[in-house]
Amino acid sequence: MNRNPLTVSVNGAEHVLSVPGDRRLLDLLRDELGLMGVREGCGVGACGTCTVLLDGVPVNACLTLAVTTRGRSVTTIEGLARDGELHPVQQAFLEERGFQCGFCTPGMILTAVGLLRENPSPTVEEVTDYLGGNLCRCAGYPDMIRAVLRGAERCREAGGRPSATPEGPEAARLRAMGKGEEG
Amino acid sequence: MTRTGEGRDARAVGRSVPRVDGAEKVTGRAAYVTDCVVPGMLHAALLRSPLPHARIRRIDAGRAATHPGVSAVVTGADLVQMPGLDPYFGPAFQDQAILAIDKVRFVGDPVAAVAAATREAAREAAQLIEVEYEELSAVLDVQAALRAGAPLVHERLRPSQAFADLMGIEAERQTNVCYHFKLRRGDVERAFAEAAHVFEDTYTSPAAQHAPLEPHVTVAWVTEGGLLHVTSSTQSPSYVRLSLARIFGLPLSKVRVTVPYLGGGYGAKTYDKLEPVTALLALRTRRPVKLQLTREEEFVTIHKHAVTTRIRTGVAADGRLLAREVAVYWDSGAYADIAPRVVHKSGYTAAGPYAIPNVKIDSYCVYTNRPPAGAFRGFGVPQVVWAYESQTDAIATRLGLDPVAYRRAHLLREGDLFATGTPMRSLAVIECLDAVAREIEWGSGLAGSSPPAPEVREAGVPRRVLRGKGVAVGIKAALAPSISGATVMLNADGSASVLSSTVEMGQGSDTLLAQIVAEALGVRVPDVQVVHPDTAVTPYDTITAATRSTFHMGNAVLQAAARVREQLFAIASDRLEVDPDLLRARDGRVFVAEAEDRGLTIPEVFGAAFQAAGTTLVGEAVYQTSAIPTDHETGQSERVTVMWFVGASAAEVEVDLETGQVRVLRFATAADVGRPINPHHCRQQILGSAVTSIGQTLFECLHFEGGQLTNGSFLDYMIAGYRDVPPIITPIIVERAHPEGPYGAKGVGETGALSVAAAIGNAVHAALGVRLRDLPLTPERVLQAMREREPARAARRGQVERGPG
Ligand code: FES
Ligand code: FES
Repeated sequence: MNRNPLTVSVNGAEHVLSVPGDRRLLDLLRDELGLMGVREGCGVGACGTCTVLLDGVPVNACLTLAVTTRGRSVTTIEGLARDGELHPVQQAFLEERGFQCGFCTPGMILTAVGLLRENPSPTVEEVTDYLGGNLCRCAGYPDMIRAVLRGAERCREAGGRPSATPEGPEAARLRAMGKGEEG
Repeated sequence: MTRTGEGRDARAVGRSVPRVDGAEKVTGRAAYVTDCVVPGMLHAALLRSPLPHARIRRIDAGRAATHPGVSAVVTGADLVQMPGLDPYFGPAFQDQAILAIDKVRFVGDPVAAVAAATREAAREAAQLIEVEYEELSAVLDVQAALRAGAPLVHERLRPSQAFADLMGIEAERQTNVCYHFKLRRGDVERAFAEAAHVFEDTYTSPAAQHAPLEPHVTVAWVTEGGLLHVTSSTQSPSYVRLSLARIFGLPLSKVRVTVPYLGGGYGAKTYDKLEPVTALLALRTRRPVKLQLTREEEFVTIHKHAVTTRIRTGVAADGRLLAREVAVYWDSGAYADIAPRVVHKSGYTAAGPYAIPNVKIDSYCVYTNRPPAGAFRGFGVPQVVWAYESQTDAIATRLGLDPVAYRRAHLLREGDLFATGTPMRSLAVIECLDAVAREIEWGSGLAGSSPPAPEVREAGVPRRVLRGKGVAVGIKAALAPSISGATVMLNADGSASVLSSTVEMGQGSDTLLAQIVAEALGVRVPDVQVVHPDTAVTPYDTITAATRSTFHMGNAVLQAAARVREQLFAIASDRLEVDPDLLRARDGRVFVAEAEDRGLTIPEVFGAAFQAAGTTLVGEAVYQTSAIPTDHETGQSERVTVMWFVGASAAEVEVDLETGQVRVLRFATAADVGRPINPHHCRQQILGSAVTSIGQTLFECLHFEGGQLTNGSFLDYMIAGYRDVPPIITPIIVERAHPEGPYGAKGVGETGALSVAAAIGNAVHAALGVRLRDLPLTPERVLQAMREREPARAARRGQVERGPG
């Protein structure tokens, strides 16, 4: 197959590449750029483990052709931390233990970052909806909902934007779960 | 036995310390086998059978072998010609060939393997292999397989010699039953004759898939020195080493199995899966080879048993359980995998944790021409709990008794004998039941039911719904005998390493083992490095499964650490001129118990013993449990296990009368974990297995047509997602310290999964007055059941909701 020139920014660095037209973004990132945090759970757009941000919007890298990212900017989990400092959402997943085996975690975190870009103060309902396409077979969803809510809080603090919507009772309950002993 | 009294002033155990794998996992740096790239690595693909049962007449691999990029093509015919190779494997029976020899036995059975430069080239080449089959009549379900004169899936069987509990198993000759477990206690027939009521029902639980998000993947290569190195997504590295050594005729020392993080296992990644064929290709090509399954292949590799349970119970007028007779039929598919152990271990619990003097159990492991079934979180117990807890509920409601009170009255207590004749100990099942009942406010409303649901409106349109509450309990025994070995190294700077073959697959074992070592040696948890399984250096461990790692590996690591501590104290006691018994270790120091400022730092102790920097003290231990095998005819054993683990669930559901949709509104699940080493991780395990099990209860089901799986992809097969989490879900830790557990701990990996389906089924019954006997509880099934029971329901309409049996 013919190779196509591709200039794309990945995690802030510009790459000048040449790729076959049918190369998936997933394979480009993993096999050519060594970004192993992009994971393949199904290859058909049904699990969300391969989620990356394309110009800040979550997409399934398994369904995205690499050539369509020409001139755009891709962020993978490897590009989220800055200068060794975790992104507030990563920090929140760490604190709330929003992971077990960790295989779905990069996709979850990036989808959550996408959500918070659109909606800095999501409700539990909105988190559930937005992250609905990301599967976790360890089924740590309650921990992850808490993590996203805490991540939202941290992002707002970092951006100086206080919460616009008060926390509902459901969020408070989820937040209370897993508390009660020292870290 | 190591002293466990230290739990009182424990500071590293009993606390929800942060996970040691956290930073790697939230940054995406945690490495899995799928990320493994070895220079010069080839990629493999498998050609699979399109037929459920057929003789292989001829294979022509000519075109595949010359396809660009292909290095090797191997078929079953090649296997039999390879000198020194034993091509059959399996943990119970060696019934599975690396590639089908003579016969294929399910749609998806691997027939040929290709290694090529790229994954695409390997897959293309596999499709170029021509196979001529002679189709044989197939047995596509258990009923067909049990019929007299049914075609045999296997003509011959050879037991494996890998595990003590499976060495004596015998298949029934000339049938498809590869193992039959029998339990006989008391006189069942007489008891039934005396019973005031007899209940008889058949319950079914469907095949379901584990669906770990990381599919099975293996990389294998051979070093110049003749070492076969296999890195694999396996929960059983020690077993895989043994199996590969046997297959290829190698010394154990020449097989090195390493396991990085696992992207979920849930039982799917136990025993041999891709390792034999990948190793074979590596040996053939003398190149590294990687084989990774597609999601579709994953679905036909292993699944949770489809089970049919016929259960009959005789009850006295006052409600006493006089007799229970259970026949359980397990569809084990084409290869036994670990099924005989599932059939045995779940089989002997099939009457439940109740005081029943007369019990008869028959549990049948049946070969069919379906993909193989094996271990799945709960190891068969959720399927039998579904039957006995649904029926126990039916008994209570029929007798007009409160289902919680009824269970309380008849559950086994400390010292009572189980159906196996084993005295029960450390069993907090009543506490678990009480905890979940309290959590969902059992008793507010009549037996098992909620007050009538308030009118529910959706987009302004009222919906007709009914609500109900249900409970269930479950019991499982730890695998015995079983063995865990561990090595602990304390470094001169006060940091430590743990060498253990326990696989970190999300359960938090790295953190747990680090906590135990930190506690025993008085060092910091983050300074303890847990070395992941590497059979070149990590000692034998039976398996990471069966809720056994906390108890078994926890004990091994605790004992190994205690041996390091003895050495540390021996050196320090010389220096401090004090008896070693008076010494303690904490905060990186060794000091005198009654005079804490009299002490040495760990570096000072090392300085006293060694004339070099960076030295180590090493402790090793092997922890082994024993059991008395169950009697061949009666299933009796005074000690069938060393540890029971019990749990309970309670659900409040809402059933939509128009759509049949079941929604879980409130869910509570309790597990007796012994003493929790890391309470947060215990809750995570309980919650995770509950959420997954809710999905299995309501919708998960593998569909087959003519032996062909028809919904084997994530587009067609739903698993629980965010939206399936009940609005209120509470994990509850119940603590009943185990006398032999490390710091009193038991384990918790499966407990949360045992009783979920039955609790939801019982709640649906409380809501509708209809008992569903087949999982999953899909809307179609609910509507169907309601139609069948319409007269009964109509009679109850308008009353306060309650659930007569
Ligand atoms: S791998 Fe892309 S959605 Fe599953
Ligand atoms: S943490 Fe294991 S799949 Fe989500």
